Amino acid sequence: MNYHILYFASLRDAAGCDSESCVIDSTNAREVYAQLRQRHGFSFESQRLRLAVNGEFTTWDRPLAEADEIAFLPPVSGG
Amino acid sequence: MFGLSEVRIDVDCLARELAHASAGACVTFDGRVRDHNDGRAVHGLAYQAYPDLALTEGEKILDEARRRFDIIHARCLHRVGTLEIGDVAVWVGVSAAHRDAAFAACRYIIDEVKSRVPIWKNERYVSGDSGWLHPDSTSVGDDPGIM
Repeated sequence: MNYHILYFASLRDAAGCDSESCVIDSTNAREVYAQLRQRHGFSFESQRLRLAVNGEFTTWDRPLAEADEIAFLPPVSGG
Repeated sequence: MFGLSEVRIDVDCLARELAHASAGACVTFDGRVRDHNDGRAVHGLAYQAYPDLALTEGEKILDEARRRFDIIHARCLHRVGTLEIGDVAVWVGVSAAHRDAAFAACRYIIDEVKSRVPIWKNERYVSGDSGWLHPDSTSVGDDPGIM
């Protein structure tokens, strides 16, 4: 599957880019994150992240689809 | 309405927009950049946002406040980019007929914005290093909820 991944804050720093396209043979968001985590050395377990797909928060059990825009969101610190 | 701003927040201008003939109470909150956090001297900070999702989540919080409390206007503006000590980082303003609803709604909005809206703070320390804040207390994991 082709996905477009968005990175923010410490994940962006670790990935060295604000977004990237990738091909990963899974529709499971935790598996997709695990592969990207291994590639970029992310420190967060997926349990610490919120998931957003195509600009909306969603649950980790939602199957991903071709061309989805995925954001793995570390704990927020606005305000 | 909820907004993100790349430039200095004009709190007086925003507060004037809360005016309404029925508004007997206007409560505003400024969140400002302070010179220390968690025992470290802070030189300044930067905010990064996921703009599309921050705007929709921020609007959702304002809608919730309008449903929960008997208020007239509710607005919130959050800075992104580089800020210095004393700069306004986030502004919340609520008007209502009476003060109880205005105070409660203002408190609700700032608390929910801090815990839910995808904005991240990077502190620059006096010692020269910097770091992202990813607090343990915010919503994470399988909790897309708080809808």
